[in-house]
Amino acid sequence: MRPFLALLRRDLGLAFRHGAETLLGAIFFTLALSLFPLGVGASADILARIGAGVIWVLALFAVLLTLERLYQSDYEDGSLELMVLAPVPLELLVFAKCLAHWLTSGLLLVAMSPLLALLMALPAEAYWVLPAALLLGTPTLTLIGSIGAALLVGSRRGSALTALLVLPLYIPVLIFGVSAVDGYLMGLGGGAQMGILGAMLLFAMALAPPATAAALRVALE
Amino acid sequence: MTLFEARGLACQRAGRLVFEQLEFALEAGDALLLRGPNGSGKSSLLRLLAGLLRPAAGVLRWQGRPFAAQDPEHRARLHFVGHLDAGKANLTVRENLAFLAGLAGLARLRESALERFDLAELADLPVRYLSAGQKRRLALARLEVAPRPLWLLDEPAVGLDATNRRRLERLIAAHLAAGGLCIVATHGDVSLSGALVLDFGEAVA
Repeated sequence: MRPFLALLRRDLGLAFRHGAETLLGAIFFTLALSLFPLGVGASADILARIGAGVIWVLALFAVLLTLERLYQSDYEDGSLELMVLAPVPLELLVFAKCLAHWLTSGLLLVAMSPLLALLMALPAEAYWVLPAALLLGTPTLTLIGSIGAALLVGSRRGSALTALLVLPLYIPVLIFGVSAVDGYLMGLGGGAQMGILGAMLLFAMALAPPATAAALRVALE
Repeated sequence: MTLFEARGLACQRAGRLVFEQLEFALEAGDALLLRGPNGSGKSSLLRLLAGLLRPAAGVLRWQGRPFAAQDPEHRARLHFVGHLDAGKANLTVRENLAFLAGLAGLARLRESALERFDLAELADLPVRYLSAGQKRRLALARLEVAPRPLWLLDEPAVGLDATNRRRLERLIAAHLAAGGLCIVATHGDVSLSGALVLDFGEAVA
């Protein structure tokens, strides 16, 4: 447990010191979203109709933007060798890195989402539905993205390829995330979709660390 | 009594055989110097012994028992210092070493880790302000962070001044005297008395 906490503390400290880089995803999220009322017009009907979908798509891209820093710098400066050689399972350390990444990217989006729901003229119910859906969905995005980031660690042009590799795997999260929010907003309920989002999170938590660890070991060979 | 031995090791990189039929046997307190021209396989052997590479053939034994270099219990008995210094540019020297202590499962960082390579004065400086030699000293300070019997050092003295080279030699000598093992790849800038030598000179055509 101590190596896990040591890595978590180090990554959070680094994220804090690279403030601008850390906030990049959240700033992109807000900025891109604020363009939609300008682009499609300030008609509340249209905005409310597309709001959930737009917010989810932008959340996908915001997480994707910050994925590159997940393993690349550790690979370049040699810290990754130390993690692979640490006498604890690499999967545990991968999980610590994903947790630190989510706390500094996904969680920010969750916290900001009620404000963005307001911007997109979503009904009042969205102020809790949207954060709840993002809370279940964004950790899955980080975990799936971690596999892609690990596979492409050390390759130039990594970020563009990561997007190609990871975006198709994000589609289920997008579909169920949007339909959960829309379900609640249309009064149909979205409990089942929320359940599936939770199931995908558990699945990613079990599968992503070993897959990432295997990819990182190959990257160091 | 042999503590650490290798039998018939072979290493393949990108389809090319780097070395084969490599053998050594080390007793507690032995040092092994790896010598040879660039690209002759010294680093590959060290990475293989650390478990970062998989051998194409051969057996490793610790106290007579065969093991795979990827085993967690093997990782818990080795220090590997490679070409990269593994210092985080935006963390201070102390924070970097404290992280390594945490990674090794220790609650606190021993002050001696800072003192060994005279890093105490630099302790609160972010690593990005250090010179190449100072970063090297930070990388070597990890040897003092957690006690481990097997040290795998890949050209550890690169960038070190004469004083710190002697510090390193003294540190290795003390480690050997305490019954540790040390395998060093070097171009002759580290001298260890009584060390065994493995010459890669003719290993590659």
